Order: sequence, then structure tokens, then C-alpha cells
Amino acid sequence: MASMLKGIAASNGIAIAKAYRLIEPDLTVSKQTITAPSEETARFQEAVNISKSELQAIRDNAEKQLGSDKAAIFDAHLLVLSDPELIAPIEDKIQNEQVNAEFALKETADMFVMMFEQMDNEYMKERAADIRDVTKRVLSHLLGVQIPNPSMISEEVIIIAEDLTPSDTAQLNRTYVKGFTTNIGGRTSHSAIMARSMEIPAVVGTKEATESIQNGDLVIVDGINGEVHINPTPELVQKYEQEHAAYGEQKAEWAKLVNEKTVSADGRHVELAANIGTPKDLEGVKSNGGEAVGLYRTEFLYMGRDQLPTEDEQFDAYKAVLEGMEGKPVVVRTLDIGGDKELPYLDLPKEMNPFLGFRAIRLCLEEQDIFRTQLRALLRASKYGNLKIMFPMIATLDEFRQAKAILEEEKQTLLTQGVEVADRIETGIMVEIPSTAVMADTFAKEVDFFSIGTNDLIQYTMAADRMNERVSYLYQPYNPAILRLVKMVIDAAHKEGKWAGMCGEMAGDETAIPLLLGLGLDEFSMSATSILRARSIIKRLSQPEMEQLANEVLGLRTAEEVVNAVQAAISK
Amino acid sequence: MAEKTFTVTADTGIHARPATLLVQAAGKFDSEINLEYKGRKVNLKSIMGVMSLGIGQGAEIKITAEGSDEQDALNTLEETLKREGLAE
Repeated sequence: MASMLKGIAASNGIAIAKAYRLIEPDLTVSKQTITAPSEETARFQEAVNISKSELQAIRDNAEKQLGSDKAAIFDAHLLVLSDPELIAPIEDKIQNEQVNAEFALKETADMFVMMFEQMDNEYMKERAADIRDVTKRVLSHLLGVQIPNPSMISEEVIIIAEDLTPSDTAQLNRTYVKGFTTNIGGRTSHSAIMARSMEIPAVVGTKEATESIQNGDLVIVDGINGEVHINPTPELVQKYEQEHAAYGEQKAEWAKLVNEKTVSADGRHVELAANIGTPKDLEGVKSNGGEAVGLYRTEFLYMGRDQLPTEDEQFDAYKAVLEGMEGKPVVVRTLDIGGDKELPYLDLPKEMNPFLGFRAIRLCLEEQDIFRTQLRALLRASKYGNLKIMFPMIATLDEFRQAKAILEEEKQTLLTQGVEVADRIETGIMVEIPSTAVMADTFAKEVDFFSIGTNDLIQYTMAADRMNERVSYLYQPYNPAILRLVKMVIDAAHKEGKWAGMCGEMAGDETAIPLLLGLGLDEFSMSATSILRARSIIKRLSQPEMEQLANEVLGLRTAEEVVNAVQAAISK
Repeated sequence: MAEKTFTVTADTGIHARPATLLVQAAGKFDSEINLEYKGRKVNLKSIMGVMSLGIGQGAEIKITAEGSDEQDALNTLEETLKREGLAE
């Protein structure tokens, strides 16, 4: 039966394909007494054999797609399934204690998991996860439920999930994954950001996608209007196919702007930059005509692994980005971990309010080894391009001074060691804490630039957790309170002859762009896929007219009034 | 019974990849094959057994094989250890 879910439009475009549920099934095991142990043993062996052939296929696939290094982990998993020390005790248990295979497997595997978890070697502790992984697979076959194998998807699909983590998305094959929809999340959650960087349509925060959509259902993801249609009528499919084609034409139209500068109707140039997470994203920056990298989120270097990246690993990544941009500006944000981004291997204590806690620059100034390693890698890479360093989550001038002093110390050390470092490296701050926005005039005398991080600035100004859908109505980029803060920051920068950029979602927003142009923003940094659309918007706008509009809306009372005023002015 | 003692030279010790290679090699033989380290003896056909020893660089390890193809097994394992630069 046809039905529809509403959610948050997280990534533009339309996708139509079969549903693929990326959901952990229930693997609860209960103890049962059995009467035919030989049959139970045979059932167990069968489950092991199916698991082995699945793992072999995953292994071969991983080798093809990711190389033999990444495939090696599955070799180890296969050996676990052939391990006499694991298999024999399970079979003994089934025979002698007359218990069901699920229970025998779970008990035995748990014992090994515990043994490895108790070792004092980090590497050994992680082997516990391998055993758990393999056990889950066998258990799923015994229980007759399916565990998803996202790396094995071989036809076009729409992913249905509760939420998508970085490691989930890393496994997705871009050739076949046409779109996705999740129960939770908002425009700035990880899954949404990933969807935009993969350039696939997504609707997040549907609350019940996993309940309403079954494997194989035909699904339309409308990432423009935030709608998910389940088993739609043929008429609706046809309508969406036409819209999909129209969207394609529009994109082709925008694509003509790829080599043009971003200039308003009256000739004012602003810089349209891209937010990136890895050197691989540069391809998208180029194909979308990015004039700079306005935000390089370095935390991806630290995520999805079991130890800190070395200085050389970081150097290679930074050098690749700087060289890839061929002298165009690259703003690198130093490590911003904490909040919704955790690093399991740092073993940081859980906090009641992680967004208000020990994160980003606060962590870096405390754990200086981590910070200094990153700064050295950046300094060494600086001679390969136009590097600008940005510190995140600065709340006080003192934090900026400390960070800058550490940077200067590392620079002097490198210079005395004869290492080449660029002469002039701009250092700036991310403005995402209201105290810093309010004190921008003071900061402007010491920093080289500001970049306004609106995702956090809005959440801190409105005191609304951006991961919590129930307060998502308070995520109001057009609230005059936010616009006034943005103006304070831009004006403060200009007064000291510095530049101000923006690297939050707001910078690529259709309604916000006219206002930001009017407020005098110098650099707009956004998902690469939003750049061409933004360029086509700015081309049609006159800066002096937008300045007048911006000044008018700053005096309005609500976000709604602002949106109405902007729309009325633009449609003129 | 065939046996031989080795000194581990690999700087990662007998973890992950090396352990996988050894267990894969041992699995091809019928003989009972054991690995001894610091007085503990484990089945060399068991990946979890081998890894649970936590063998590091510089460790003295002893491999014993007993069965119809014991000498063959020991030779193959010795060859694997040396070819992969794990021990000598």
C-alpha cells in the first residue's frame, strides 16, 4: 500500500530504488533443552558453513575494492570460524549439556570475549570485537534473521536506517546507494553531511522509516521537499521521474558556472568555498567550481581507527589538500573532537552535556601532545600551498592566545631544525560561541580572520541541542538574534581590515545568502554540491540592495518575519 | 615428535597478520601442532589461542608437531616464519 513519511530534507535530489534495511536484528538468545543433540550439532555446523561462505565473499569483495590490507581482517574472522578451541567446546556443550546451539555458541563466545577484553594490551582488547562480530553472524543464521552486509550490495538501493555512523557510511558503495532515509538526525547531523558530500538525496528524521519500510519496498526519496514515499503509485513514480529529469537539467544549467567567479549583479566579488573532510573530497570541490576550501574538518583523520594518526600520516593528508588546491586558500580547522564526535581510543569520560563539555580547543590545550603533533604536521605542509589555520570552539581571548603561542613554539622548533615553513600563515578562529561573537571587536585586533560556524552558534545562542528533534523548531538561522550576532562579527572584522567567512550550513542556504551578501560576508563555505546553486543566486543579486534588505530585517521581531521579508524582496 | 625453537624478530610480534599466516599454514596438516611461550602451550591451529599468548618481539617460542606429517609441518612453519621475517 502506498504511504508517505515526512522528514527533514538533508540532501537535494530525487532517488527511486528498492529499500535496503541497514538495521541490527534482535539477537537475543534463550537457553533451551534439546532432545536431538546430533541434529542440533548439524544445525550449528550448517550455520558456521553459511557464515564462512558469506565472509569469504565479503573478504574477496573487500580485496577488490579496498586492497588486501583491508581484506586481512576477514581472513582472521574466517580463522575464528575454523578455530578448534572455539568450535569443539560448543559442540561438546550441545552434546553433553543438551542445550540449543544458540546458547552454546553465546556462552562459549562470551567467555573468549571476556578473556580478550581483560588483557592489558589495547590490540588484544580489540580482538574481542572480532569475536563478537563473527559470533553475531553465526547467531543470525541460527536464529533465522538477517544481518545486513552493506559492503555486498550489488543493485541500486535506498538505505533505510535508524541513523548512519561514519563507519556505516564508509562501507557504502557509492555506485549502488542511490539515497537514504533515517529515523533520527537533522540537517547538520553526520548522516546529512555525508549525504551531501556523496551527492545523494537523503531525508533524515522521519522517526519511523525503519518501522514502515521493509526490504525490497519501492521507495522514493524526495530530498528537496523532505518526503519519503513507500510503494508509490505508478503515476507518482512517473511524476518523480519527470522531476528527477528537471532537477538534472537545472544542475546542468548550474554546471555552466563552474569556471566563473562569484560576482553579484553589481560586480561585487565574494568567495565561494567548500567544506571538506578528506583529500578525496577535492574532486567534488573542483567539479563544483569551489574557489577555496573554507573548512577542512581534520577529525576524519582521527576517526574510524584505533589509535591517533601519526604526524607523517597527517602531513601527507594536509600536503595532498594544499597541493590539490593549487595555491587557492585552504582553511584547516584543528581537531574538533567531543560533542557528537567521539574517539573511542582516547577513552574520555562520558559527559552529561558533551556539547558544553571537554571538546575541540579545550581538549587540545589540555592534551597538548595531540595538538602539537597536528600543528607540526600542518606547519611542515604549509609550504605546499596557501594554508590558513583555524581554531575551533574559542570562547575567550586567552584560549586563542594560548593556541597561537603553541603554534608559534612549534614553528620556531621546526625552523631551528632546518625544516621549511611558510612565512605567513593566517591564523583565525571559528566563531560559534556567543561570547566570542559578542567580543568580536576585541578578537579582531588579534586574529587574521573569523569563520562563523552557524550550526553551533545557533545551538548555543538558542540553547537548543541540535541532535534533539523535539527542540528542532529552535534551530532558527533567520532569527534576528542570530543575524545580529553575524553582523557584529562581520563588522568587527572589517573595522580591523580582516575578513569574515561562514562555514556552517547557513552559508549555502537560499534564504540566508541574500542577507549574508548584504551584511558584507567575504567568504561563504558550504558543501561542494551547493556551490553552483549559490553562485547562480548571487549572480542575480545586487549587493547594495541586499545591504538595505539586511538592515531592514535586523529590526524585525521573529524568524518568520525575516523569511517573509527576504522572499518578498527576492521575488521582486 | 618434531620440535624447534625460534626467536621472534618481527617488531609487531605474533599479532594479527602473522598469527593469521601461521594458523593458516598449520591448518593444512593432520599432525597435532602446538606453540609454547613462557610455559604456556596452545594449539597452533587456533587463532584465538595463538593471539591470546600476546607474543612480542624478542620472545622465545617453541613449535612442536606430532603425527604422520610432523616433519613436513614443522618445515612449512619454519619456512613461513622466515619468509615473512617473523622469527629465526
